[in-house]
Amino acid sequence: MSSDVRFTDFKSDKQPTWCPGCGDFGTMNGMMKALANTGNDPDNTFVVAGIGCSGKIGTYMHSYAMHGVHGRALPVGAGVKMANPDLEVMVAGGDGDGYSIGAGHFVHAVRRNVDMTYVVMDNRIYGLTKGQASPTSREDFETSTTPEGPKQPPVNPMALALAAGATFIAQSFSSDAMRHAEIVQEAIEHDGFGFVNVFSPCVTFNDVDTYDYFRDNLVDLAEDDDYDRHDYDAAKDRILDASKEYQGVIYQNENSVPYEEQHGLTENMAEIPDGAPEDATDLVREFY
Amino acid sequence: MPADFNWAIGGEAGDGIDSTGKIFAQALSRAGRHVFTSKDFASRIRGGYTAYKVRTSVDQVQSVVDRLDVLIALTPRTIDENLDELHEGSVIVYDGERTTMQGVEIPEGMVGLDVPLQSIAEEKGGAIMRNVVALGAACAVADFPIEHLDSSLEKRFGGKGQAIVDNNRKAARAGRDYVNENYDHEFDYNLETTDNDYVLLNGDEAIGMGAIAAGCRFYAGYPITPATDVMEYLTGRIEQYGGHVVQAEDELAAINLALGGARAGARAMTATSGPGIDLMTETFGLIATSETPLVIVDVMRSGPSTGMPTKQEQGDLNQMVYGGHGEIPRFTLAPTTVAECFHKTVEAFNLAEKYQTPVYLAADLAMAVTEQTFAPEEFDMDAVEIDRGKVVDDDTIGEWQNEKGQFKPHALTDDGVSPRSFPGTGGGAHMSTGLEHDELGRRTEDTDMRVEQVDKRNRKVETAKEREPWAYREFGDKDSGNLVISWGSNEGAMVEAIEFLEEDGVDVHFISVPYIFPRPDLTEVINDADDVIVVECNNTGQFADILEHDALTRVKRVNKYNGVRFKADELAEDIKETLSQEITA
Ligand SMILES: Cc1ncc(C[n+]2csc(CCOP(=O)(O)OP(=O)(O)O)c2C)c(N)n1
Ligand code: SF4
Repeated sequence: MSSDVRFTDFKSDKQPTWCPGCGDFGTMNGMMKALANTGNDPDNTFVVAGIGCSGKIGTYMHSYAMHGVHGRALPVGAGVKMANPDLEVMVAGGDGDGYSIGAGHFVHAVRRNVDMTYVVMDNRIYGLTKGQASPTSREDFETSTTPEGPKQPPVNPMALALAAGATFIAQSFSSDAMRHAEIVQEAIEHDGFGFVNVFSPCVTFNDVDTYDYFRDNLVDLAEDDDYDRHDYDAAKDRILDASKEYQGVIYQNENSVPYEEQHGLTENMAEIPDGAPEDATDLVREFY
Repeated sequence: MPADFNWAIGGEAGDGIDSTGKIFAQALSRAGRHVFTSKDFASRIRGGYTAYKVRTSVDQVQSVVDRLDVLIALTPRTIDENLDELHEGSVIVYDGERTTMQGVEIPEGMVGLDVPLQSIAEEKGGAIMRNVVALGAACAVADFPIEHLDSSLEKRFGGKGQAIVDNNRKAARAGRDYVNENYDHEFDYNLETTDNDYVLLNGDEAIGMGAIAAGCRFYAGYPITPATDVMEYLTGRIEQYGGHVVQAEDELAAINLALGGARAGARAMTATSGPGIDLMTETFGLIATSETPLVIVDVMRSGPSTGMPTKQEQGDLNQMVYGGHGEIPRFTLAPTTVAECFHKTVEAFNLAEKYQTPVYLAADLAMAVTEQTFAPEEFDMDAVEIDRGKVVDDDTIGEWQNEKGQFKPHALTDDGVSPRSFPGTGGGAHMSTGLEHDELGRRTEDTDMRVEQVDKRNRKVETAKEREPWAYREFGDKDSGNLVISWGSNEGAMVEAIEFLEEDGVDVHFISVPYIFPRPDLTEVINDADDVIVVECNNTGQFADILEHDALTRVKRVNKYNGVRFKADELAEDIKETLSQEITA
């Protein structure tokens, strides 16, 4: 890791094709800043992205990266980290990618607690497929496939995470650039699975969960001196409070032991001998 | 035919059938005899008929036959289930004192040995040992020195303390003595022992061992019969070699975890069976397009859907050759024996890394759960070679960067193989994607680049066809004009079927094919033969279809899909009959 890395080193020379004004620009900038601030460089960073407008992020960043199939970025990221714990692993995707098709993996990634960071660009809509309801869409949100609204309550990702035993839960807003970068940085620095749900507005298909809406409704937990992020019950209250949108680190478990540590994973598994390991004949002896 | 001996123990699932059978098989193997085991099991944990069969000879045995010499029947159903294989003079050991066995009739011409297994076991320390008493009885019948049981009892029960081992030894001897004292019947069997050292293992274990030998460090899987044994084998062993096993939440996660491990540079593998392969297929395309090396084992079982999970079939061949949307360059290997499971696994890892593609290893239930004896030299670790393909490091990466210093993971090369940079390699950062991409890995819809990348990826298969020995195994009489072809685990039964056929004056030339895609060119041999029969465990003849397409001719088929593997003697009959038939539409 080098100290002279700047956040622009994480930028690729591909111009993003996101709509002008899309929240994903800010989300990505914050991720790059956080990576640079934590002393990582592109050669030891691995970014995994899913499918969606959000999933294009891997293309616009410069690092080792994988652009997976829809909803399966989390297991790829976990595999990368387990096989080489020296790498800084970041997984990014949309709310549809993470909480719909990938919901099963989300719950298990949380409980597995691999030391990586998961950033979800939550625009409460399917962007890339042009505006259908997502699992975080409001119950009455009218879309092409839900003309009268989905008529089912939205998924509360933080509640899912808390119930699955998350060790770090945070929420941020892509256009609050400094805070967003700071929160992602805290997620990176957390020992274990750092989960950040980012409000990343879709200016093309979502005219309800807009920049103005979030600006008007966001409450920053950092401004509440009494709030203790290590207090599970306080976190639960905030997470289940449907009247406000919170920003900041909502919950952090001080006793988090990452998966790699629990399983004694320290080696870079890319390094193997030229032939069978020396003591491999022991494997045969077992069958006498 | 080798003078072989066929033995089985059968009862209800949960009766300890498996471990008892294994103890006997191991004792025979340690006594220098060849062993081939097979299992009948139902898809339930307790209750339901289950049996463990052992065929043994001083010569090599590599299949099952339609014959049973000694049967230990713990339930009346065991006798019914095996009636077809029992013959005049077969010995049935049973415990007439048990309520479930009261009134059991021994079929005419067979010898019933009523041994109070339970009472003897109780006397020696516990009813749980009744199967071991039965083993002792079997030793008396087969004239097999009971001392050979001792070490396998030690292996099985050693962990529970010396007293348990001793009690079991006594129980076995009591069973033997009971038969010797109460039955003066002359049995024809005499299980000679030799000084040979053999190892006894099944296909799943051989795959796991091959993986470790080949440097596999990362395994992710989700339990499914009959592939779970691969994961269970690796768990606890791979760690000793710096590796790790993850039990994923489902097959989607399993293959993606494995993909992540592979992308990080580890040799990685996943194993599953039919339904799991279906779930993995989406990611299979990503692996191919992103050119990530990965080994995927499909231990086939009866399908479609959940079909018959504990029964044999080779029905996923089309899936492994054609499966996935779009066109996917791949390799598909099919080990033909338990030992080949080891070798083909090693080869699969080398192919995956040399050509940066997914590799399917097509195993099947019959081979996966069958234990077979081999000389330990068959698993020669010194002969294992590891070829990681075109991996760049800090010194060589320069050759593969463009003028801006960007790495080209999908460089358009003559052989279709591009350089690979493991994460952490300076100046090698790039994105791997399932989207069509340029040489740098960046998304493109440029029509020329699309064609160039598709051609490049498929060129790897052509390169491999030239460079790799797509050898097949040949048996029998090359000039007979009667050609039999099979793939996967049918080899053993077919090799023995040749001998049965010879006895009947029929000569055949047999080709066993371990490579399904790409595969050796058999056009000439097929067209030169008078008669061609393709043998496989499925209904439609998936490999036969492929060969017909390759050779532009029609072939005959022998298909078995009732859930049971081919038996050598039965296969010989099928072949004789099929040779005399005309090809019909
Ligand atoms: C298996 C599969 N099903 C469906 C799709 C089509 N698809 C692409 S992106 C997407 C939804 C994306 O929504 P979200 O994750 O919220 O990301 P956004 O585009 O809003 O950033 C869907 C359904 C796909 N690529 N793969
Ligand atoms: S459609 Fe919405 S999410 Fe997608 S790029 Fe445009 S603004 Fe962003």
